Amino acid sequence: MFPTPIQKASGPTRLAYQIALPIALVIWLFPLIGVAVTSLRPASDLAAGNYFGVPSSIAFENYAAVFRDSPIGWYILNSFKVTIPTVIGAVGLSCLTGFALAVYGFRANLWVFFAFVAGNFIPFQILMVPVRDLTLKAGLYDSTLGLVLFHVAFQTGFCTLFMRNFIKGMPFALIESARVEGVSEWQIFRHIVLPLMRPAIAALSVLVFTFVWNDYFWATVLVQGQHAMPVTAGLYALNGQWVAAWHLVSAGSIVAALPPVLMFFLMQRHFIAGLTLGATKG
Amino acid sequence: MPTNSQPAGFWKRNQMKIAPYVFLAPGALMFLIYVLIPIVQSIWISFQDWDGLGPKTWVGLANYVELLDDDTFYVALKNNLLWLGLYLLAIPMGLAAALFLNQNVWGIRLYKSLFFFPFVISQVVVGLMFTWFYAPDFGLFSQAIKWLTGSEVAILADERYVTYGIIAAGLWPQTAYCMILYLTGLNNLNAEQIEAARMDNARGWRLLRHVILPQLAPATFIAMVVTVIGALRSFDLVSIMTAGGPYGSSQVLSYFMYEQALSEYGYRMGYGAAIAVVLFLIMMVFITLFIVRMIAQERNR
Repeated sequence: MFPTPIQKASGPTRLAYQIALPIALVIWLFPLIGVAVTSLRPASDLAAGNYFGVPSSIAFENYAAVFRDSPIGWYILNSFKVTIPTVIGAVGLSCLTGFALAVYGFRANLWVFFAFVAGNFIPFQILMVPVRDLTLKAGLYDSTLGLVLFHVAFQTGFCTLFMRNFIKGMPFALIESARVEGVSEWQIFRHIVLPLMRPAIAALSVLVFTFVWNDYFWATVLVQGQHAMPVTAGLYALNGQWVAAWHLVSAGSIVAALPPVLMFFLMQRHFIAGLTLGATKG
Repeated sequence: MPTNSQPAGFWKRNQMKIAPYVFLAPGALMFLIYVLIPIVQSIWISFQDWDGLGPKTWVGLANYVELLDDDTFYVALKNNLLWLGLYLLAIPMGLAAALFLNQNVWGIRLYKSLFFFPFVISQVVVGLMFTWFYAPDFGLFSQAIKWLTGSEVAILADERYVTYGIIAAGLWPQTAYCMILYLTGLNNLNAEQIEAARMDNARGWRLLRHVILPQLAPATFIAMVVTVIGALRSFDLVSIMTAGGPYGSSQVLSYFMYEQALSEYGYRMGYGAAIAVVLFLIMMVFITLFIVRMIAQERNR
C-alpha cells in the first residue's frame, strides 16, 4: 500500500519513524497540552510568572473553583438538554425521510433530496433573522426547546443525506420480496429496514451530538439568559468575567470540551464512519 | 360491508403512491419551516428597514446601496477571500498528515485518534486555546517569536496579522478533518494498481501524483466541500478571538452580519439580512458546483 510500509524500511528509518511519531503529536497538540497544564496550575504560579515551568503543585482546586463559583455546571446541563433531544429528533426524522428518498421513485424525489443537501451548506446568517423572529413569536426565545427545534430541523438535512445513501446501499431484493408477500410499507420500514440501519443510527447520533454540543452561533442568537445557555456560549460569557484568569479559563475550556471528546473515544469507529461518508466511493 | 372496507382497500391500492409522502412529511415540514422558508424571508427582509420589533418599511435596494459604500463590508469581503484561499491549505496538510500516519505500527490507532482531536473540540475552546497561545508576555507563540526575532508581536492586536492568526487557529481542526478523510481514502486504495505501478518503477512523488491521488479523488472532493463551506462559515473563532477587531480589521461577512443585526450597535435586521444575502450568493456559487457534480454521480449509478 502507500506509502511503503515502514516494516520494509531499514532499521534506522524505522527507529526514526517511531521517534518522530510522539514528537509530531506533541507539536500538533501543543495548544491543547498547554491549556491542560495551565488548568492544573495554581493561580499563584501564574501570578509569579511561572507559565511554562513545572507547576509548583497540581491544582485540582481550579476545577473545583470553576464549578463552585460559576454556573458552568448549569451550562453543561443545558447543553445536554439541547443536545440529547436534538439527537433523538434529527436521527428519528431522518430515518423516515431517508427511507422515503431511498426506496420510492416518486417524481420530486431527487429535487427533495438536493434541497436537503443544499440546505446543509448554506450560511447560518441567512436563517438568523427569520428563525430568531419565529422563535420569539412561538414564545420559545431563551429556552432550550427553541434551540432543539431549530437544531432538529437543520440537522435533518445532513442526516437525510446520510440515511438515504446508507439505505440505497442495502439489497433492494429484501424489500421487493417482502412486498410480493403483501407486507405493508410501514412494516417493511419497521421490521426490515430499520434493524439494518443500526450502524447508521449510531454514526449519526455521535456526529449530531458533537455538532450540536459545539454549536456556538445559535446558542448566542436564540438564548440570552443564563437559565437556558449552553456551555459554548456560557464559556464565552465566563471568559469575559475571568479576565486573564487563565487557570480558570483553561479549566472551564477542558470541562466544556470533555463530553464530545469522551463521546468520540467511546464511539470512535461510528464517528469516523459517519464523517468520512463518501470519501471512498463517489 | 363494502363501504366499511373501502378505506383499507384504498390504502392497499394506493399505499405505494402515498407512503413516500407520509414518510417524508415530518422531516420535510421541519426543514421547510426552519430552513427553506427563512431563506426567502431573509431575502425579503433585506429590502426593508426593520429593527426586529416595530413595523417594517420597504426601502428597496437602499440596504445594498449602503453596503456598497461601507468600508467594513470590503474589509470583511477581503478577509473572507483570505480565509477561503488559506483554508484550502488544510487539504494538502491533511494529506501530508494522513500519509505520515498511514503505517501499521504499535499504537498507531491511538496516534490517529489523538491527531484527530482538534476537530472534536468546540471552536469556542479552540479559539480560547489560541488566544492563550498568542497572548503577549506569556503566550507560547509570542514567546517563541520574541526568542526568534527579539521583538514581541501581539498577533491578535495587530491589524496586519490578526486575520492570519485566526485562520491558523481554524486550520488546526480543519486539517484534522481532512486528514481523517484521506486516512479513510488511503485505507481503500486499489493494491493491485499500486503494485503494478511499483513494477514499472514508479516511486514516491510520481507514484503519489499519478496513481494514488487519482484514487483519492472522492476524498479530495469531500475535503474541498467541507473546507470551502467551513471557510465561508467562519464565525465562532472571529467572535471568540477578536470580535472583528482591532478596528474591524478581522471582520468577516458572517460576523459583520451578526454585529449589524444583533448587537450594541443596534438592531438593523434589514441591513444584516442584506449582508447575509451577499454571503448566501457567494456560497450558492459553490453549492451549485457541488450539486451539479452530485447529480452527475447520481446519473452514473
